[in-house]
Amino acid sequence: MERFLFFTTSYCFRDPRRGNALPVKPVPGILHHNSPMPTIIRKIWDRHVLMERPDGLCLLYIDRHLVHEVTSPQAFEAMRQAGRKVRRPLSLMAVPDHNVPTSTDRLERIDDPDSRRQIEALRENAKEAGITLFDMDDIRQGIVHVTGPEHGLILPGITAVCGDSHTSTLGAFGAVAFGIGTSEVEHALATQTLWQTRPREMRITVGGATGFGVSAKDVILAIIAKIGAGGGTGYAIEYAGEAVRRMSMEERMTVCNMTIEAGGRFGMVAPDETTFSYLKGRPAAPGDALWESAVADWKTLPTDPDSGFDREESLDASRIEPQVTWGTSPEDALPVTGFVPDPENHPDPRVRERMERALRYMDLRPGTRLTDIRVDKVFIGSCTNARVEDLRLAAKVAQGKKVADGVTAMVVPGSGLVKSQAETEGLDRVFLEAGYQWRLPGCSMCLGMNPDRLKPGERCASTSNRNFEGRQGPGGRTHLMSPMMAAAAAITGRITDVREVV
Amino acid sequence: MIEKFDTLKAVAIPLDRGNVDTDAIIPARYLKTIKRTGLGAGLFHAWRFDENGKEVPGFALNVASYRSGRILVAWENFGCGSSREHAVWSLMDFGIRAVIAPSFGDIFYSNGLKNGLLPVRLASGEVRNLISHLQEVPGSEISVDLPAQTVTGPDGAVYEFEIGSFAKECLIKGLDEIALTLQLEEEISRYERDRKTKAPWLFLDL
Repeated sequence: MERFLFFTTSYCFRDPRRGNALPVKPVPGILHHNSPMPTIIRKIWDRHVLMERPDGLCLLYIDRHLVHEVTSPQAFEAMRQAGRKVRRPLSLMAVPDHNVPTSTDRLERIDDPDSRRQIEALRENAKEAGITLFDMDDIRQGIVHVTGPEHGLILPGITAVCGDSHTSTLGAFGAVAFGIGTSEVEHALATQTLWQTRPREMRITVGGATGFGVSAKDVILAIIAKIGAGGGTGYAIEYAGEAVRRMSMEERMTVCNMTIEAGGRFGMVAPDETTFSYLKGRPAAPGDALWESAVADWKTLPTDPDSGFDREESLDASRIEPQVTWGTSPEDALPVTGFVPDPENHPDPRVRERMERALRYMDLRPGTRLTDIRVDKVFIGSCTNARVEDLRLAAKVAQGKKVADGVTAMVVPGSGLVKSQAETEGLDRVFLEAGYQWRLPGCSMCLGMNPDRLKPGERCASTSNRNFEGRQGPGGRTHLMSPMMAAAAAITGRITDVREVV
Repeated sequence: MIEKFDTLKAVAIPLDRGNVDTDAIIPARYLKTIKRTGLGAGLFHAWRFDENGKEVPGFALNVASYRSGRILVAWENFGCGSSREHAVWSLMDFGIRAVIAPSFGDIFYSNGLKNGLLPVRLASGEVRNLISHLQEVPGSEISVDLPAQTVTGPDGAVYEFEIGSFAKECLIKGLDEIALTLQLEEEISRYERDRKTKAPWLFLDL
């Protein structure tokens, strides 16, 4: 009874379906713009608000919940201990991805007992709760943010969560999709809702068209370099503009994926014909009977022309060059034609110190031409860049070339379906003939958790999303770049401007 | 599973770094556990220990005067990157109960609140004051008063901080948020029925 009172009398809720009886009082630090016309962010958010507290905290309904083996076992265990059930198991999908080896014998053996235990726990938890599982022997298995969209699970206008920060990927469909911790995984499993503060809203407009050798990865790296690794903190970001409109769904996913690398809570692209044609016919997308009404609804989502954002940023796509990171934060991206920066030139002593630390870790000297940096490994994969279009772009660069002596290069498709499609197109043969490894789907060398990782001191040209110290293995050094750029680095054994090798 | 938080007066550790990501707080190889406990061993592993497993002498957590520290003071964007709640669990397992910084990664901030690791946002200048005091007199104490929403530095300077009222209430009383939300079952079901008529394609079984 006491707890019931906690909700009904201690706090007043606003019920959006009963009208705005109680005005929402802005809380310091939580901005509320007062634009009369809602943005796509606000439209989707408001549709999902079950109730809103005076301090701006909203109880959001969660439409889709994706689960992987690393961040979920403690949530399922706590549910068991509390005697709670998964509220809507058929809104979930589970897939092992972080721990799975990418070697061909992985069904027979996973050497690491801890990894094996996590994968088994996921299997048991999914079975017990009645959740669909794409297990390791299922062609649909792959990186959670690749398999979810492939299956048509992510639709415009929905809320989607996963215990993984790169859930922002799924915003590409015009969805509110964000990463959560294990406690929130448990909350979402048990209640199908989450308590969330409203985000501030930012629009990033990318005008014009990208040039030759420039991809969606370069666009997002340039954005992060511009606004900084903490520039999006507290914000939801809508990516807009001509360059974004021209992007395929897979390219939009690459952009939204790295929203979190700018600190953004989630990123999204308004749905359009590109979105609808991607979704049509996918297993979990609305079928013929519901398709027209779904599309009609989705068309009401885009931001109205008179809507206001808390913040606006813009970039000119035609001025973006192929990007590469030199340091240990995704904001450390530069055009490949550039040089390792000199901390001495920075006015802020704290930034200087951070840069010096990054240079020491990366074993780089200021003024070095980026294209003079040699690499030991090339990794084409991850939830950022392991979809079939990424592999096509990389294969075009690798075609008829050889991986440089002393360089180990690997391609890890984002899912079994990506792998199969790539093999149908003969991309696997292109990579194998060039001297790459062609591996099984998983998170692989993105995060140093499974057998694919860097050795101390090794330097990697990587299509993944984080160049943090030790991210790809203790002491490993990561240079983030696009699949085309990584394939170019594989040929020469150093960071290379892809425009010079094709 | 939230641990109550009311007030805390403890030795504070200055971590003079910005953009401390959760991979640095707890590297991925320590995430292969199905438990929440014992993660303190991996906390800041690459910074605390060298490749031979020996402590790195200069690192703040290894400095004798900070050993009993229960409060961490760091720079902007603390806990950015991966959503791993293991970062919070490892800090708490090590004994840390509050982190003070100018800003936090949003997921880390939320994870902290859910567990009883209090994230405190202070202005950069205030953090600078705290860090320089802690470096000048290692082992000095800071007080964090959640009900009053204040931090008192070693020099007696008092700084106010903001926190959502629901989160504050949950922390002070140690409330089980899931149990509270489950009381809204009727509301949730009503919402679902309503959505099902408006957007039936969202309720196709996966």
